[in-house]
Amino acid sequence: MREGSPDPELYEFQRYRGRKPFAWPGGKKVAVWISPNLEYYEIDPPANPHRKSWAKPHPDVVGYSHRDHANRVGHWRMADVMSKHGFPGSVSLSVALCQHHPDVVADANARGWEFFSHGIYNTRYSYGMDERQERAIIEDSIRTVREATGQAIRGWLAPALTHTPRTLDLIAEYGMDYTCDLYHDDQPFPVKVSKGRLISMPYSLEVNDHYGFFIYNMSPREYAQTLIRQYERLAAEESGTVMCIPLHSYLIGQPHRIGPFEEVLRHIAADDRAWITRAGDIADAWYAVQEDAR
Amino acid sequence: MSLDPTYLEYGKRGLGYDHALYPYAPLPKRAPLAWPGGQRVAVWFTVSLEWFPITPSDTPFRAPGHMQTAYPDYRHYTSREYGTRVGFYRLLDAFAKVGARVSVAVNAAIATRYPQIIADIVDAGHEIIAHSTDMNGTIASTLPVEQERALIAQSLATLEAATGQRPRGWHSIARSQSFATLDLLKEAGVDYCVDWVNDEMPFAFNNGLVNIPLNHELSDRQIINVQQQSVDSYAQQVLDAHDWLSAEAQAQGGGRMLPLHLTPYIIGLPYRMDAFEGLLVDLAARPDTWFARGGDIFDAFAANQG
Repeated sequence: MREGSPDPELYEFQRYRGRKPFAWPGGKKVAVWISPNLEYYEIDPPANPHRKSWAKPHPDVVGYSHRDHANRVGHWRMADVMSKHGFPGSVSLSVALCQHHPDVVADANARGWEFFSHGIYNTRYSYGMDERQERAIIEDSIRTVREATGQAIRGWLAPALTHTPRTLDLIAEYGMDYTCDLYHDDQPFPVKVSKGRLISMPYSLEVNDHYGFFIYNMSPREYAQTLIRQYERLAAEESGTVMCIPLHSYLIGQPHRIGPFEEVLRHIAADDRAWITRAGDIADAWYAVQEDAR
Repeated sequence: MSLDPTYLEYGKRGLGYDHALYPYAPLPKRAPLAWPGGQRVAVWFTVSLEWFPITPSDTPFRAPGHMQTAYPDYRHYTSREYGTRVGFYRLLDAFAKVGARVSVAVNAAIATRYPQIIADIVDAGHEIIAHSTDMNGTIASTLPVEQERALIAQSLATLEAATGQRPRGWHSIARSQSFATLDLLKEAGVDYCVDWVNDEMPFAFNNGLVNIPLNHELSDRQIINVQQQSVDSYAQQVLDAHDWLSAEAQAQGGGRMLPLHLTPYIIGLPYRMDAFEGLLVDLAARPDTWFARGGDIFDAFAANQG
């Protein structure tokens, strides 16, 4: 990005109207990917001068233990439902989870899920980091995920969505293919970086379970209906759209929510317009389409 | 600009938690815990019975539901009292109709001020668990530990004097604890607390105290007051949860818990009670429901631990 400029110059403007239609592999109209956030929040994290972590004095029992529900209960409930209906995950990973709860990471890996980095902890923010510090967390992420899963991470979602003006340039320099931090489109699009190449992978705040339940205060059934409407609209438009369902298992894995959510997966899996896939596969397919168009 | 180098040091980055309060044990890998009658779902109601002084204290923080306007806040003081005088009695009658025995998390001030309520709870076979002194009795790490110890002791002693029985359970206001709370509760002879929402079955802390998680999301406060959903939606969500937990228990063995936290001044209003009574009837009609008190769940857990 251009630091300090009113226009951060992240990407070119391209209107939605008039884009050349393309199909995803198998002639599918909409690529659907699920992004479980597998996170670790510290009970007593150090203070970042630019953002407070817990709302209450440590220990914030409800805040901390709610997130811990994911690693004790929610993950398996969510993952079993996804596997049952043929949905792999593309994991937004607090990489320290590889050390704290390797059971969770191994379970996701065994299910054929992809991993990208969501920072070291979701209680350590990038705000205020210098370049050397930011390189350290990127290199830590690459190394930690490779050692725990054998996978090379291909994408980035900034820890707790905290960025620096350098983040996009750096992750491209380290060879990553996509960022999940930009919300300007329903299709992948090139991001301007100083070296190498990078695309924005449509993630979603609007249909993120956190927004559904805590910003829009939806009931579980309303959230499920929202996801089905999102899907139906994107599948009906010109092909080449992407629908991401970002999840947190301490939310979607609650007993009153998982049943209605399963109905969403059943609906999408039964529709032949969906390419149910992972973020890295979407990036590959998108790059291939661009090559063919030359 | 750069951060202090210690911000990139991770001293507790290792196997297990970044604290020593309880061990890591994912639910699907634990041995199943069966309920005494073999039912699949322990439906555990906990009703909070609270007295809010019209002179609120913010030390260490102001409790949810506390006074909001400039002094004197008649509207919130009396609306909370409505729950205690009227709404709670609607709930007692509703529980009696379906034969449900429940836990009631009681401020010690309720026992001092309204001893008749304590007798009505005990006579109906419900369990009293300690819920601090009054709604100024909040706990956080910013409260000096000696004050916290005294608050816990006063709450337990007052309720013990009123009922003849020392409460076995503890519920902190807003589930807020300090780093000292677990040890203070153990030292005071409490069997279990309900504050940690990280699990769906009981588990033991490293100091021997047990946590019976009282789901904060499936509460009338969260669904009806905070998220502003209807009581009909609340009832639907509870039944959806019951369906899921029953099926999960059948698939994985043992039982599951459905903890339902109630607030008399929220659920006990006239326009919400019919829907709530309907929910109770639906729950009671399901053969896999066991209406349990916290102490019953604790006993089943303790017996299973051998």
